[in-house]
Parts: sequence; C-alpha cells; structure tokens
Amino acid sequence: MAAAMPLALFVLLLPGPGGWCLAEPQRDSLREELVITPLPSGDVAATFQFRTRWDSELQREGVSHYRLFPKALGQLIAKYSLRELHLSFTQGFWRTRYWGPPFLQAPSGAELWVWFQDTVTDVDKSWKELSNVLSGIFCASLNFIDSTNTVTPTASFKPLGLANDTDHYFLRYAVLPREVVCTENLTPWKKLLPCSSKAGLSVLLKADRLFHTSYHSQAVHIRPVCRNARCTSISWELRQTLSVVFDAFITGQGKKDWSLFRMFSRTLTEPCPLASESRVYVDITNYNQDNETLEVNPAPTTTYQDVILGTRKTYAVYDLLDTAMIHNSRNLNIQLKWKRPPENGYIHYQPAQDRLQPHLLEMLIQLPANSVTKVSIQFERALLKWTEYTPDPNHGFYVSPSVLSALVPSMVAAKPVDWEESPLFNSLFPVSDGSNYFVRLYTEPLLVNLPTPDFSMPYNVICLTCTVVAVCYGSFYNLLTRTFHIEEPRTGGLAKRLANFIRRIRGVPPL
Amino acid sequence: MSENAMGSTMVEEQFAGGDRARALARDFAAHRRKSGALPVAWLERTMRSVGLEVYTQSFSRKLPFPDETHERYMVSGTNVYGILRAPRAASTESLVLTVPCGSDSTNSQAVGLLLALAAHFRGQIYWAKDIIFLVTEHDLLGTEAWLEAYHDVNVTGMQSSPLQGRAGAIQAAVALELSSDMVTSLDVAVEGLNGQLPNLDLLNLFQTFCQKGGLLCTLQGKLQPQDWTSLDGPLQGLQMLLLMVLRQASGRPHGSHGLFLRYRVEALTLRGINSFRQYKYDLVAVGKALEGMFRKLNHLLERLHQSFFLYLLPALSRFVSIGLYMPAAGFLLLVLGLKALELWMQLHEAGVGLEPGGSPGPSVPLPPAQGVGLASLVAPLLISQAMGLALYVLPVLGQHVAAQHFPVAEAEAVVLTLLAIYAAGLALPHNTHRVVSTQAPDRGWMVLKLVALIYLALQLGCIVLTNFSLGFLLAATMVPTAALAKPHGSRTLYAVLLVLTSPAATLFGSLFLWRELQEAPLSLAEGWQLFLAALAQGVLEHHTYGALLFPLLSLGLYPCWLLFWNVLFWK
Repeated sequence: MAAAMPLALFVLLLPGPGGWCLAEPQRDSLREELVITPLPSGDVAATFQFRTRWDSELQREGVSHYRLFPKALGQLIAKYSLRELHLSFTQGFWRTRYWGPPFLQAPSGAELWVWFQDTVTDVDKSWKELSNVLSGIFCASLNFIDSTNTVTPTASFKPLGLANDTDHYFLRYAVLPREVVCTENLTPWKKLLPCSSKAGLSVLLKADRLFHTSYHSQAVHIRPVCRNARCTSISWELRQTLSVVFDAFITGQGKKDWSLFRMFSRTLTEPCPLASESRVYVDITNYNQDNETLEVNPAPTTTYQDVILGTRKTYAVYDLLDTAMIHNSRNLNIQLKWKRPPENGYIHYQPAQDRLQPHLLEMLIQLPANSVTKVSIQFERALLKWTEYTPDPNHGFYVSPSVLSALVPSMVAAKPVDWEESPLFNSLFPVSDGSNYFVRLYTEPLLVNLPTPDFSMPYNVICLTCTVVAVCYGSFYNLLTRTFHIEEPRTGGLAKRLANFIRRIRGVPPL
Repeated sequence: MSENAMGSTMVEEQFAGGDRARALARDFAAHRRKSGALPVAWLERTMRSVGLEVYTQSFSRKLPFPDETHERYMVSGTNVYGILRAPRAASTESLVLTVPCGSDSTNSQAVGLLLALAAHFRGQIYWAKDIIFLVTEHDLLGTEAWLEAYHDVNVTGMQSSPLQGRAGAIQAAVALELSSDMVTSLDVAVEGLNGQLPNLDLLNLFQTFCQKGGLLCTLQGKLQPQDWTSLDGPLQGLQMLLLMVLRQASGRPHGSHGLFLRYRVEALTLRGINSFRQYKYDLVAVGKALEGMFRKLNHLLERLHQSFFLYLLPALSRFVSIGLYMPAAGFLLLVLGLKALELWMQLHEAGVGLEPGGSPGPSVPLPPAQGVGLASLVAPLLISQAMGLALYVLPVLGQHVAAQHFPVAEAEAVVLTLLAIYAAGLALPHNTHRVVSTQAPDRGWMVLKLVALIYLALQLGCIVLTNFSLGFLLAATMVPTAALAKPHGSRTLYAVLLVLTSPAATLFGSLFLWRELQEAPLSLAEGWQLFLAALAQGVLEHHTYGALLFPLLSLGLYPCWLLFWNVLFWK
C-alpha cells in the first residue's frame, strides 16, 4: 500500500498531453468554434459549438479510460446501446421571420430524441431509464417523459449520423414545452466540456450574460461518424452547441455595433490547450454588400466563403490556435444518402390513447411556390380527472410545438465541401448534394385552456367534510371500540367491607 | 384583490414619455387628416422604429343594412398591430393594449400614448409575456375582425386576411380611448357583449393604480359616492347599480373590450374624460397607470380566475356578489312556478269534477291536460312561434322590397317592418280560434297559460343565469302580469298592463330610465327616435358582433308573450 501510493501520485502528476502521446496516439480530439452572426433585425446571434470526436467503439470495447469525451455520456452510450442522442434545452423562440434561418433549430422547452441500437430488446424501458438518467445529469425534468408525450415519428426524424438501416421502431421522440432552462442546466452542460469554463471559448459562457438574452438554446448531440474515408470503422462524435441571441435594441440603444465584451462581459485570452482547433467566425457578408462603414476590429487572419443555408456567406475567421498546430487533414467526405421519400400525400396518423400516448400526425406535402399552407387540427376540450390537473390549472396545458423538416433548394449551388474540414456550424446536418440544404423549423408551443373546475369550492368542501368526518369518526370509533363496565358505586365504606369479609369467610357470596 | 400574483402595487412606474406621446398624437392626427383613413404606412413605420414586429390585417364587411348611427354600410379597413416579443419566452402568452379608431372617435391621443408606451416597454427586460399593441380601424368592427382572425374562427361573416403574427393565448386586454392631451378623470367600462363581465380582479387592479397615482376614476361616468353613512351615498350607489344593470341588460359591447370577453380574455376599456374640473392630469399619469397595470398583468402565472366573474357594481370599490342578487331573481321566478302549480291543481280538480258520477275511491283520473289541452294548444303555440320567426327573419330579408315600395331608407324599412310585425302579432288571438275548435273553453285557456308559464319560467331562468341584468329586468316586468292574465274580469285593464310589460315596451321604458339616471331626461319624441335607433342597433349588433338580445327577444320572449296575449283574449 505504501509503495503504491507514490506510484499513483507519480502517474497523476504526469503532464497530460505529453505523457499520453508518447504511449499511444491520441484517439480523441476537440474542436471548438464560435459563430457570430448579425441578424437582419439588428440583433446579434452567437453560436458556440464544441465537438469532441473519439475514435473508439464505445459499445464493443470495454472502455474504462476517458480523456476528452465525458465519462458520464460515454457510459450512457454503452449501457443503453444508444446509436444517436439529441437533447436540447431552449428558452425563447427563434423568430425565423426576423432573424433568418438558424443553424440549429430547437423547440421551446426540452426536446429529446434518441435512436437506439437494433440490439435493444425493450426500447420503451431503455427510453424510460435513459430519460431519468439524463434528467439527473442535466438537472432537468426529463423524468416527466413518459408514454403520454413520447412518439415514434416515421418520416421527419432520420439519423444524422452513420446508419445502415432506419427502422423507426428504435426511435423515440419527446418534447417538454414547459421546461424552463436556467443556470442549473447550463452548469452541468459546461462541465462536460474538456476545458470546462476555464480556458478557450468557454470562458465566454457566463451565466448571467447568457440568460440576459432574447433566446437561449443549448444542446447535446451524440452520433456515430465515419473514422476514415473508407468508413471501415466508426468514431463517436459529441457536439455541444449553444445559441444565444442578444437584443441589440436594449443593449446597444438601437446601434448595430457590438463587441465580445459587451455581449459576454469577457474577452478571449487563451485557447483551450486540449483543443485541436479553436476558431471564431464572424459573418461579414452584409458588411461587404451594404458598403457600410463598419469594420471588424482586429482585422481577421483569413476569411472563409461558403454557401450556408442556400446563400453565399463570407466569414472573417480568427484562429485561436497556432495554425501549425492544426492536425493533419483527414479528407473525409461523408456521403449519406437518405432513402427516397415516399410519394406525395404520405400521411401517417397515430391516434392518441387517453393517458397512454399522444396523437402523432406526420404529413409529407409538396408546397407550391409562394403559397401559404395552413394545417389545422380540431380538438375538443374535455374535463380531466381531478387528480390530473396541475397545481396551476388555469395557466393552461401545453401542446408541443410541431416540427417542419424540409430540403430547401439552394439559391447558390454549393461546392461539395470537405466535411471534416468545414466549420462546425455547417456540418451538423448531412447534406446529400450541393443543390439542397436541410432545414428544420419548429412552431411555438400552444397554450390551451381546458375546462377547469373551481378548485376553491372542492377545497372548502374537503376541509368541511374532513372536520365533520373527524368529529363523527372519533366519537363513533370511541363508542364502537370501548368496552363498558358498570362500576359499582363504592357505598357503605368500612361497614360493608367488613360485612363482605365476614361473608367470604363464611362462604356466602358478598353483597 | 384575490390574485396573489398581482398582490401589491410595488411597481416603480418609470414612464416619462408624455412629450413623445403628445408629439406622436399630433403626427398621427395630421397624417390621418391628410389621408382621411387610418395612416397605415405611418403607423407601421413608427411601430417598427420603436422596435416592434409589425403586421397589418385588412378586412371588409358588408353590413346587413346601412348603419345610420355610425354612417357606414360597406366597410373595409386595415388593422395595424405591433408585437413586443418578450425575451426568452416562447410566445405562448400575451397581453393586448388596443386603441379603436373610428370615424367619429379619432382617439389620436390614445394612439400617441400607445406608441410612447410601446417605446418605453421595448426598452425593458422584465417582460414574460408578449405585448400586442393593436390599432383597429372602424372601432369595433376592426376589433371583431382582428379577434376572429387571431382565433381563426368566423362567426359573423367578416372577410379578413389571415394574421401573419401571433403571440399565443391572450391573457388580458386593455382598450384605451383618449381624445385630449389632458384628462380630468378616467372612466372605466366593464360591460361587454351579451352582458359578459371581466374578472373583478382586473377592475380592482385598475382601481388600485388609480389610487396609487392619485387619478380620479369614474364608473358609468359618475363620481364615486363618498359618504356611505348618510342616505345620499347608498342612493348614489343605487343609481350606479341601476345604470350598470341597464347597460349590462342591453348586451352591447360598451367599448372594444367587450368583444375580447367572448374569447375568455379579461378586458376593460379606459376612457379619458376631459370636463370642466379644475385639476387635470397629463398623459404621463395615464401612462404610468397603464404601465403599472401591464407590469402587474405580466406577473400573472395563471389566467385571471381567482375573483368574481358575476357581480354588480354600486361603486368602483364595492360589489354585489352573485350570491346576494341571485335569490331575488329566484323568488321572482318562483311566482311563475307557484302559479303554474296552482293552475295544475285547478285543472286536476276540474277534471275530477267533470267526470260523470264522480266515482269515489282511488280511481285516479287521467291527467286532464293531456286529454283536452294538446290539440287546442298546437295552433296558438305554432302561430306565435311563427310570428317570432317572422320577426327575426323578415325585417332584414325584406328590407329591399320595403324600400322599393315605400319611400323609406333600408335602415328605416328594417325598423318599421320590425314594428309592423310586432304589432301584427297583437291581432292574432282574434283569429286563432277559427282554427281551433274547443269543447271546454275554460280548461283550454288554463292549459295554454300553464304551458306559457312554464315556458316563460324556463326562458327567464336561462337568461338570468347568463345575463343577470337582462333576466331580472324582464322578470320584474313580465312576471306579475303574466301571472295575472286570464280571460275574465276587466280585460281592457289586463290588456293595457300586458302591452305595457311587453318586451318592446320594456325596452322603451328602459331608455327613459337610462337617460333619467344619467340626468339627461328625454322628451317623448326624442325617446321615440332613440327607441327606433336602438332597435336598428340591436339588429345590427346581432349580425355584426353576434349579440344575442335580438334573437332572444324575437324568437323566445315575444312568442311567449303572445301566448299570454292569447290567454287574455281566449273565447
């Protein structure tokens, strides 16, 4: 024991990167990036992405050592045989009309969708356990996910990563529109980052500024990706994303200028030493076009041009790391063809069962150009059982936001991108070819008022009945359970006792 | 105040945009004068410049007949609304501040204040609910179009473009009417469509902020009675109570808030009054009161539901709850029930007496009403219902025919047809008997009256539950004579009484009482003009907003009253 202790200490004191590099090649890498986009409305959006990639098959190999990949999530993948996991927490609503299309869409509240491996036998049980574990990891009410708000969509949600088959039996999707996102969700999310919030881009993640915004969305995406160009083996990718929109009208008094410090009350000082790539992109497309007298300070090292969401964009790039340290290019061009969607008019409807499962309506429709399409659903309001009302029944009940997934024809043909090389903000959704781009939109959750009984009166009735019952029950119980004895009045005193004593001696019954 | 979330008035109002509001109001008035309609482009530009998401909605509506009071027939207009998006909220709940702009009420100061408030609200970070700033054209018609489009329903045949921007379930709404830079008092209107009232908490909220800001608040345009100990205070209270009863009974939306109530949105209208009092308030004071109210409403976790929905107000700070006033109506209706019971007993006895031999013993005779009544009842019931249907359908349907053959305008034609059909109903009982052959005339009218009594009691009972004031007014007038009506004794006296308590006469009398209570008495000629205008308005409001008073009277109470008329002239 005494010998082992110094040895253990010695191992711990070894400098991290150097020590392990010698032993074996690094099998995991971290890329971090921040995209700052001035929005058409004058607000500023900031999108953080942290990608941890691990060339290891978590499920097959008995992994015990974790370096960059968070152990909590790695164990989760192995234990529940996950193939993909997408979890997002959002406060606010992305106003597409005013802010343009987002890089990452998420519905208001919490959203979780998971693809399980086809080896899982009882998907519902794993799903239930998984949501409970995630609830603990992220300090969120994901444990409220049950069969009544879980659906299995058949058309809208495809695996984003490597997948051989798409049997929708292994997909589960749930939304909790009421979930409120706050610092207690941000802190565990930050702890999953290799540099936590000590260095690199993550120093900007200061809770008091992030929660002073119009929109806040944080997400975790886990998926398998190809390890090399031939795709002989798989790697695991963990993406942690965070998008915020700062209200320029309030912070900047209507001016368009912004700075990192004004937004985050922090500046970037050093890159995360564990990161293999650390960049800041600033969208300067409009600056060039509008010929405005705006300048980006300091001048960017390089610029990056690409077709993002159907339009050509120019980004100023700031590389936080020395360029020499960028690892060798891997030249992996992922080609992932989706199955051809069924013909027009595909409608999948799964009716609800009361208190068991929700309605699921999926429609595949081709929209004519420049048209308004309205999908309306009629519903009846019904009384719930009295125990099913929430503590604030008059607030209303939430209907989860609906999802719109579309492949939108791009206005500018994008050149085939080098997937592994391109910035993270452009590579979450797999692109089949350059002429389309994928968009997923969510609507606002709907607040519906159900008929609510006046709970104050039942409350009074309950109080009154309880009192009456307590009084009646008490006295009845007394009456029923007591045994009554007739007590002889002790009259006579000494004389009687004396008489009885004499009678007892004589063998005669006492008086 | 019952709602916990709005408990205290510890809100520091910071609104100081009085000058801005006045400048915007001047601009608005100038643009309005220039274009002659709502300056949509200017409003859009201004709302966008204060940082709102701006949308417009166009609507058009052809009224069933020309509206003489507001001078409009084919209406088309545009509503402009801007949404202040609450940061970090998913647009599930919202509040509405609305200013109705009509042809006669320009409300430019209200628009100015609305825009200044929007600018102030936009700079604040504490909003948890979206706030919709809505300016409607053609006052209530615009509001109706907007509300129908917002809730995606079409109940009145309004044609309107769909709304592009929404903000979830509306929790509360405040309508503002201001036409002067300075106000002496703020009048609050609560009575909505079909006598619906907002939750009492909303009114209390307004009153609390009036007290906090030292604003003078009035109800029904009258100052609050101060001294409740002497006889004067309660008398004033009674006066205001009666005014409220009359306004509620009319079923009209008294302000654009009245239309919100149908969608379960608590709402009230604030009107700035500029009278000759010495002490005046500027727009800052009004703006501060509104700011305070909105910040309190912003705190709401649930819809307003804690306090009363059914109440009568003898003063702003006092209310009569439903538990107190309902028994009065209940006792009135009990009269009808007892009278019906008495008739039933009489019929029963008559049935026993009529049986030949009158076999003693337990042989129960058949219920007599079934034996004699039903055949003779069908005709008067059907005929009076048909009269009601004619009263409901014919005036609007036949307005063009009437306008072609008589030298009257369409609106007049409608009113005159209405009156003609109503009066024609009075001639009916003299003719119904040609159709009906009655063997036992005495029992005939008893059965008819029995049915009429139960019919009236049921109708009044339903009305009292939905619109207490209307039900009570009708019960108080109709019940006594209905109970007394019979074809014996001095028929002329009964006939006069019955005519005096018919629904139309009640309406006529209510108008006089209304003006009397407002201390602006009417002459008989003025009263008649007002009566005709009220009839036209009643029909119009049924068609444009869905007010239920007209169908209720024409399809329900008028036929029922005709039954009693039949009873009186039974041969």
